[in-house]
Amino acid sequence: MMADKSYLIEHVLNHSEKEQLNPEVLKQLRVLRLEENDKPVIFVGAGTCGLGAGAGLTMKNAKTWLDEHQIDADVIPVGCIGLCSSEPLLDIKLPGKKRISFEKVSGDRVNGILDHVFAGTLPEQPVLGQFKNQESQQEWAGVPYLQDHSFFKPQLRIVLENCGISNPVSIEEYIARDGYRAYLNTLKLFSRREMCDFIEKSGLRGRGGGGFPTGKKWNMALANEADQKYLICNADEGDPGAFMDRAVIEGDPHKLLEGMAIAAYAIGATKAYVYIRAEYPLAIERLVIAIEQARNYGLIGKNIFGTGIDLEIVIKKGAGAFVCGEETALIHSIEGKRGMPRPRPPYPAVSGLFGKPTIINNVETFSNLPTIVNKGADWFSNMGTATSKGTKVFALSGKISLTGLVEIPMGTTIRDIIFKVAGGIPNGKKFKAVQMGGPSGGCVTEVNLDIQIDYESLVKVGAMMGSGGMVVMDEDTCMVDIAKFFMDFIQRESCGKCIPCREGTRRMLEILESITSKPKNRETHEPLARFKGVLQLEKLGKVIKDTSLCGLGQSAPNPVLSTLTWFRNEYEEHVFDKKCRAGVCQNLRVYTIDVENCTGCTVCAKKCPTNAIIGGRKQPHFIIPDKCISCGACEEACNFNAVKVS
Amino acid sequence: MSIAIQEILAKYPNAKPDSLIPILQHVQEQMGFLSEDSVVEVGKYLNMPTSKIFGVATFYNQFRFNAPGKYHVMVCRGTACHVLGSATVLDEIEKNLRIKAGQTSKDKLFSLEVVACIGACGLAPVISINGEFHAKVTSESIKTIVEEYRNREVQQ
Amino acid sequence: MNFTIEVNNNKISANQGDTILDALKRNGMGVPTLCHMKGLFPTGSCRMCVVEVDGRRNLVTACSEPVTDGMKIKTHSARVIESRKTIVELLLSNHPDDCLYCERNGSCELQKLSEDLNIRERRISGQKNNYKLDVSSASLVRDPAKCILCGRCVRVCEEIEGVSAIEFVGRGSKTFIDTAFNHGLNLSSCVNCGQCIMVCPTGALKEKPHIAETKDNLSDPNKTVIIQYAPSISVSLAEEFGLKPGQNIIGIMNAALRRIGFDYVFDTSFSADLTIMEEASELVHRVKNGGVLPMVTSCCPGWVKFAEEFHNDMLGNLSSCKSPQQMMGAIIKSYFAQSEGIDPEKIYSVSVMPCTAKKFEQQREEMTQNGISDVDAVLTTRELARLIRLHGIDIHKLEPELADSPLGTRSSAGKIFGTSGGVMEAAIRTAHYLITRKEMVKFQVRGVRGLEGRKEAKVQIGELEVGVAVVSGLKNASQLMEEIKNGRSDIHFIEVMACPGGCINGGGQPIGADEDAIRARMTTLYDIDEKDAIKASHKNPYIVELYDKFLGKPLGHKSHELLHTHYQKREVK
Repeated sequence: MMADKSYLIEHVLNHSEKEQLNPEVLKQLRVLRLEENDKPVIFVGAGTCGLGAGAGLTMKNAKTWLDEHQIDADVIPVGCIGLCSSEPLLDIKLPGKKRISFEKVSGDRVNGILDHVFAGTLPEQPVLGQFKNQESQQEWAGVPYLQDHSFFKPQLRIVLENCGISNPVSIEEYIARDGYRAYLNTLKLFSRREMCDFIEKSGLRGRGGGGFPTGKKWNMALANEADQKYLICNADEGDPGAFMDRAVIEGDPHKLLEGMAIAAYAIGATKAYVYIRAEYPLAIERLVIAIEQARNYGLIGKNIFGTGIDLEIVIKKGAGAFVCGEETALIHSIEGKRGMPRPRPPYPAVSGLFGKPTIINNVETFSNLPTIVNKGADWFSNMGTATSKGTKVFALSGKISLTGLVEIPMGTTIRDIIFKVAGGIPNGKKFKAVQMGGPSGGCVTEVNLDIQIDYESLVKVGAMMGSGGMVVMDEDTCMVDIAKFFMDFIQRESCGKCIPCREGTRRMLEILESITSKPKNRETHEPLARFKGVLQLEKLGKVIKDTSLCGLGQSAPNPVLSTLTWFRNEYEEHVFDKKCRAGVCQNLRVYTIDVENCTGCTVCAKKCPTNAIIGGRKQPHFIIPDKCISCGACEEACNFNAVKVS
Repeated sequence: MSIAIQEILAKYPNAKPDSLIPILQHVQEQMGFLSEDSVVEVGKYLNMPTSKIFGVATFYNQFRFNAPGKYHVMVCRGTACHVLGSATVLDEIEKNLRIKAGQTSKDKLFSLEVVACIGACGLAPVISINGEFHAKVTSESIKTIVEEYRNREVQQ
Repeated sequence: MNFTIEVNNNKISANQGDTILDALKRNGMGVPTLCHMKGLFPTGSCRMCVVEVDGRRNLVTACSEPVTDGMKIKTHSARVIESRKTIVELLLSNHPDDCLYCERNGSCELQKLSEDLNIRERRISGQKNNYKLDVSSASLVRDPAKCILCGRCVRVCEEIEGVSAIEFVGRGSKTFIDTAFNHGLNLSSCVNCGQCIMVCPTGALKEKPHIAETKDNLSDPNKTVIIQYAPSISVSLAEEFGLKPGQNIIGIMNAALRRIGFDYVFDTSFSADLTIMEEASELVHRVKNGGVLPMVTSCCPGWVKFAEEFHNDMLGNLSSCKSPQQMMGAIIKSYFAQSEGIDPEKIYSVSVMPCTAKKFEQQREEMTQNGISDVDAVLTTRELARLIRLHGIDIHKLEPELADSPLGTRSSAGKIFGTSGGVMEAAIRTAHYLITRKEMVKFQVRGVRGLEGRKEAKVQIGELEVGVAVVSGLKNASQLMEEIKNGRSDIHFIEVMACPGGCINGGGQPIGADEDAIRARMTTLYDIDEKDAIKASHKNPYIVELYDKFLGKPLGHKSHELLHTHYQKREVK
């Protein structure tokens, strides 16, 4: 008989800290954690990333296989363990055996794996690893521990602890993994001020951007007397290239809720909002279930566990505006207004949502809290660097062998993350830069790869912690194009309220566009204008940084300024030589026709939109450089491989 | 007043302006887009000027004012997708569907939207069609994918 | 609490709670602003007022940043100037740049800023936004291409007028200001008050011009062109010619209008007296016969449209009287035409109004007699000034002249119509006489005077204690109407003006007037009232004559036909 709600409330949640849990309860918890099981369990990584890679079919085929073999087993969709490039992931936990994990299990590979594993043998298919800490269970011979995998070994998982491992929609399993103990202890053992001070002491800083000390911010809100205070979880993860919030909510929604509940108590808020992107339907779905479960257990609602504390948690879906990551814009959005920032002061901690004191933290910040409360402020502050404590989750993507999510202690070097954890650059290409901090951040190049990650060190080299996106670029990436990409993003996402950001980012983008395309007419002053444009980028960037209303505008020029610092030569090549060394800037490509291969079929001349190709029938053709706009239509049209690009 | 709108509004009793965005999302989910009439109705219900609602709705990427196609294609333009060639993918889709981002094809079969990062960076470049993800798409594979949806239509 | 701050190395005193801008202004210093609006919460959108503050990484906006003890500020450092200059250059890079053709050439804040910042070359250029003109409204023209998105019009429309006809639409560099679903002002809830024009720093908003039609008719030998001017025009026109605010140039204006070629010059204050005769009678009638109370004035066309849209359950409370402009128009084309033997169809009747909504009112179909408009064209104060300049008239050289008789003679009660509270005061004077058959001992009703948005008073008329309220700014009006709907019953008569302070601050008045100028205009009107011999409308001999010879009695048959109107419920979209 599985432990149910009343059992868990009586024996676990209401259990006094001072006494040991009895062996029977501990056994029940192991069962709930699926470490000891009577029937086999199949886990499929079914986060958005997993589903995108085909986990749906994997799951379906697994069920079919079980039906066909008349085996009674559970198939549980779990969140993302972080190893996105190995999706879909499939784990099997046979009774009495350790849980074993397979990578890249597309639908067609399911049967082969299950045939073997259920027969107690290993398929030829490479095994990712087996779980280490299931002492009572028998090992798979010759299978390495998952925890020793190069991707996982350097990691220290606090926020991602349960992601991809536990069933995200089972509050029972979360409780069996120590869940909600931190919250109930907070209510029983800490005054509000003590909790604020405790977190301040832990050194936790906001994980969403600027890195403001969390406890200090809470204390500001606590000090403000008000009939109503609000707590907001910023899950409007908008940085292109960051997806940790999505993964955490999909994989472990209860950890977020518990963190929010702790924070709400600390500042005295009785109503909390999760402001989450509508583009994350799966995360929203899991969060809805988790809130319902927590309410059912009496962990949110009125008079929580008889303490007299109330808490409501409401989900608000964002409607697609990057600027709503800025806290005053986010508040306006919740209030049903255009998400435009306003000047601070007054700070939200003084006057925020509906004019009431409001604290806004992001998903990762909240998800750190339960563990900090359980393990202590000192435990947390012992990790990391002088100014930045604990761990940080990074989203690795781009030109890198292993893409996905990693959680590493602050102070790790960027080189270790890229080359040790994520396996370096694929296809024998050369590392060029890693973009950190998204549209507000900048590039870190080879010379700075050995800096120890913390808030300050990244700013010093022109990058930013931001929400932790790391997009790796190799020699085939054009840095001017990257700058243009971010400028295009930011100018489309600028709210349009303040002049420098609204008009300035647009002009900067126009300059970048002119640099990355051929001057239309060589006779005019255009080359000079392009050159002046580069100089203007710096001037405009400076004013935009200096005068914009909100953080988005103040950091908008960073990607350009950073690439200008580290890759000025690439800019100059674009301007003077009209050349893109990475071959990315299509409009700078030079097209010529190879006389040897050309049959004079005239197809290219017909396709050319600017009539830049001349030549008689059955005669080799020629492209007039001044007329060519480098659209590539001729290359696409040519059947004889006669059009050459350089 | 349209019954559909009435039913939606009934789910928001005593609504204040902070319910505006959820209501608009709800309306769009049900009707596919925000019609002028529906905006006027929402305005009356919330006692808000239509201009304000229009201002809010045009601020956010999510809201559209014309009916989407039967298959709504979303192309992710996040950084990871960009680095791995989503611009070319978008070009190819625009060419293939003969519409630009934000438009609906004449046969009302496809509509195209460019979205900021959808958080599946490990699978870049990513597109989604009616919520179904397609990972690691290339300008080649996109043709096959679109063809698949066209064929579905023919079969029906 | 007082403390000292340091600005450009000078020590100045500042108060706790001041913004940097407040402190600077109090000490005779300043920084340029664009989005700032006195009395409203700072939005911090234009960034023009940025200053350098010691210890702060970025520049901060003076309009929103509170001062702190010992704060060190630089308001004009090289860094600050370069930033402001760049911001203006960015605006110019997306601006039509056609100052010579612009309505606001010479009164444009953007133009002045680029002059002040010594912008002499186009350093920044790029794609400009392309927008269509909105010419759909009878009163206003919007040119979004000239808009710099400071948001002042949006705020005045929402926060002062409670109309919200316009709002920011779209996002980022594609943001512009428009009506719901881009339908244009005529289909919006716009009440045509023109307060948006008054706050617009550039030429993005202006009145719909009526100068050309007026000129055409002036040069038509078959037309008798008659002009009337509203009570407030004579105390605001002077500012257009560099004279000090509040100067009354009525005689010079009469002379100028004759130089331009108007055949007759009449004073709308006369028909204001007429309005009072009808309106006071209507009030007395309602009080005596248990009619709908409180009665609300109807001489402000902005308010009338607002009521038709937002308070159409209270249309019965509105007085059925036409406004003075329309009464004058109706009398000109009936009584005056008759007595002079002119074919009404050959009369071109022009008015000069401090108001843009009058252009809308003039076009309402209720405002016609047998298919002939009461009024044919409406000029704002600004347009009149333009017309005077067009005719090369040097107002400094003109000798004052009197308006034409009989429609050019007024009581001072008609004159104070130009300020908030004036209609109320004039009506009380006549109602007092109508009820008690005695004149008031003291004519002034101090409780309804002043520029405050809302004034209330109790007035003793014989045995009757009359509760009166005066509101200006339609948001204030809305609040009061809600109180009435919620059962407030101690008020019998309400005056509403759409523009804060009344017609002296109307949407057709000279651009750039500050609160002191508005106050000066008001003071002049009350001075005239102090000095004039005839202080009540019913004592205007020409009004008496008009009733004797033509109208019969107030609320009589002829009055109803010519001087009263009805209202229509309007759906707000």
